[in-house]
Amino acid sequence: MIKIHNLLKQYNDLLVFNGLNLDIEKGSVVTVIGPSGSGKSTLLRCINGLESFQRGYVSVDDQILYGIHEQDYRREQEERALKNIRRRVGMVFQQFNLFPHMTVLQNIIEAPVYVLGMNQAEAETQALSLLRKVNLEGKVQSYPNQLSGGEQQRVAIARALAMSPVAMLFDEPTSSLDPEMIDDVLLVIKDLVSEGMTTVIVTHEMSFARDVSTQVVFMDKGEITEQGSPQDVFSYPKNDRTRTFLSRFMR
Amino acid sequence: MSYMRIIIRSIVLLQLCFFVIFFSGRYTFAYQNTLEKIKSTGVLTWGFDAEGGAPYVFYDPRHPSKMIGFEVDLVDAIAREMGVKVQYFQNAWDSILLALQRGDFDIAMNGIEITPQREHIVSFSRPYFAYAEQIVIRASEVRINNLDDLRGKKVGTLYNTVAKRLLEEMGDVTVNTYSGQVEPFKDLLSSRIDAVFVDLPIALYYAVSNPQLRLIGEPVGEGYYGIAVRSEDTALVYELNRILEKLIRSGELKEIYKRWGLWNPLQERLLLHEGLLQKYVETPPSVSQKVSFKVNTFLPMLLKGALVTVGISLVSMMLAVVLGLALAVMRLYGNTWVQKIATAYIEIYRGTPLLIQLYILYYGLPNIGITLSAFAAAIIGLGMNYAAYEAEIYRAGIQSIPHGQTEAALSLGMSRRLALKRIILPQAFRITIPPMTNDFVALFKDSSLVSVIAIVELTKAYGILAAATMNFFSLGIITALLYFGMSYPLSLYARRLERRLMRKSSVR
Ligand SMILES: Nc1ncnc2c1ncn2[C@@H]1O[C@H](COP(=O)(O)OP(=O)(O)OP(=O)(O)O)[C@@H](O)[C@H]1O
Ligand SMILES: [Mg+2]
Repeated sequence: MIKIHNLLKQYNDLLVFNGLNLDIEKGSVVTVIGPSGSGKSTLLRCINGLESFQRGYVSVDDQILYGIHEQDYRREQEERALKNIRRRVGMVFQQFNLFPHMTVLQNIIEAPVYVLGMNQAEAETQALSLLRKVNLEGKVQSYPNQLSGGEQQRVAIARALAMSPVAMLFDEPTSSLDPEMIDDVLLVIKDLVSEGMTTVIVTHEMSFARDVSTQVVFMDKGEITEQGSPQDVFSYPKNDRTRTFLSRFMR
Repeated sequence: MSYMRIIIRSIVLLQLCFFVIFFSGRYTFAYQNTLEKIKSTGVLTWGFDAEGGAPYVFYDPRHPSKMIGFEVDLVDAIAREMGVKVQYFQNAWDSILLALQRGDFDIAMNGIEITPQREHIVSFSRPYFAYAEQIVIRASEVRINNLDDLRGKKVGTLYNTVAKRLLEEMGDVTVNTYSGQVEPFKDLLSSRIDAVFVDLPIALYYAVSNPQLRLIGEPVGEGYYGIAVRSEDTALVYELNRILEKLIRSGELKEIYKRWGLWNPLQERLLLHEGLLQKYVETPPSVSQKVSFKVNTFLPMLLKGALVTVGISLVSMMLAVVLGLALAVMRLYGNTWVQKIATAYIEIYRGTPLLIQLYILYYGLPNIGITLSAFAAAIIGLGMNYAAYEAEIYRAGIQSIPHGQTEAALSLGMSRRLALKRIILPQAFRITIPPMTNDFVALFKDSSLVSVIAIVELTKAYGILAAATMNFFSLGIITALLYFGMSYPLSLYARRLERRLMRKSSVR
């Protein structure tokens, strides 16, 4: 469903990916782990076009984003693909990025109303059921700065879900949360996964990764050095660097 | 409440400032009288205003460092007779008598009409020039043949002149009042007004040399220019009268006026008339009533000025806020060319004085066929100038919004334009409100600059009233209070708004 083919990504003279490949099946739950700076965030950002890349392509269903130096790259086509992919793929950030000038409800209905053209009432009904899903029905009229970090992140998830995405990308969704709030957020993600949502999660929560993922990807210096089922990667890591990395998390 | 205390304190402070200014420079010499001082120092200090002062006193267009004019020739002759040197003292015409009283110079001579009001404040020498008021029209004008034809027309004149009073007494004339002598003729040429009605020397100087203009009708409203000195300087008046008498009899004065094309039968008839000054004082030709100092005479004019100030400020700020946003968006999101244009606009408008921009808009544009009304020029001038500043405030506001906000919006499928409109700008606005309110207070005060393009706003209204009544002090305080009374609530509001916004959305 999501296919990353021969991706080459460069920031000025820093080469992040040099021919990266990854296939993500519909309904699968892919956990991306790896040391800081290995390119995990960049990978997610390339998938929904927040970051352009030089070569290779990323496809979501029938929508294809080409590297800007590929000969198939057409600006207008790219714009259209970008629009379609962003509507279909939701993203949740480490820093939540809620809109501080809007209430929780307004945050959630904003995109359905202004991007999809959904009518206000319908969007609100949908928002309320999403808020119930993330256990925040009491916070409808709150502003983001009146919420705890965990609550904000759950609103951010509801906001992404309001676009009815076919896949969700999470970039370290719990890394800036206090420990006691982490579980609330992970619980919501778990629910989502159990409903069959195609999901890519960058996380340092190893036990969560082992629980929920169908596939674990270990990244190092812009390369996927190991991937497989959670059992394979966590219990029998083949690669030295994977082993060193995991030993720091598993006691 | 502390509001009252602040106001009282500011009044006290203001008064102190005024007193310091008022008393400094006064009575600085230890001589018995001014004439004695002139003789013993060998210097006669002469106050005048060279700004647009042809043919009285002005800078020689061919040698711009040299001062010329018929009054320069006259003062030179007077100094020669006294055996002293002339020292020049440039002073704004509006406040020339005030400066004389302050002791800034010994004599004021700059087309100052002898009027009963002025004689309350200063003493005049015998007349040295007889003036009359003259109508000037465009050469192509056919509707106007005499003073009566000015009814229902737009007529330009100068502040504090007999011509202005005559026009106002006619009632149904739209009077445009200017402070410089060049501007009414410019407006006449660009058809903003139908005629100019001014002192004859000015009419002669500007109209005779310009084939597009012509004089029409007989001169009317005769009056006299005199040399003003401080009231106590009777000895100096006596000396000046003696010298003027001599210059008249010797024909030297006639020579001077002939040189400047000012000689006419009026001068002959009036200058040689014995006891003229006496006669004049008994039956003044002035048409104005004696200036009474009652609130109901000047307050309406000040309030009208305040209204103009508020109106101009409001409309130009609206223009600045809208245009500023466009500029900021161009500068941040436009392609290279658009960015360059916006940046150039901002730099040019911030890097040049507002006054020059106003002059170019109002007096310069007619040269390329665009003639703006004074109000339009004022609003466009102020608005376009402040737009440059508002653009930078917007830019700072937009840039202070974390990048994650744009990314979140884009990841929800919003276009860049929609993200800017729905997510970035609303947040940026909150940040920009306090600095913009501050700018509005500044614009409000800068609006006094538009008086250079023939608009009577609050400061100009004050200047006119103060020059006419010589009451710079009380009127100044009242005017300052009017400004303060309008701008202080705005500042308070800005502060409150800032506090409220801080409370509402500080944490993200
Ligand atoms: N906007 C950028 N400009 C230049 N270099 C960048 C930029 N964003 C990321 N990089 C670099 O690209 C590399 C990959 O960064 P990335 O953020 O994808 O790492 P990560 O695996 O997500 O790390 P972390 O676990 O710390 O979030 C790093 O070396 C980083 O310094
Ligand atoms: Mg990262």
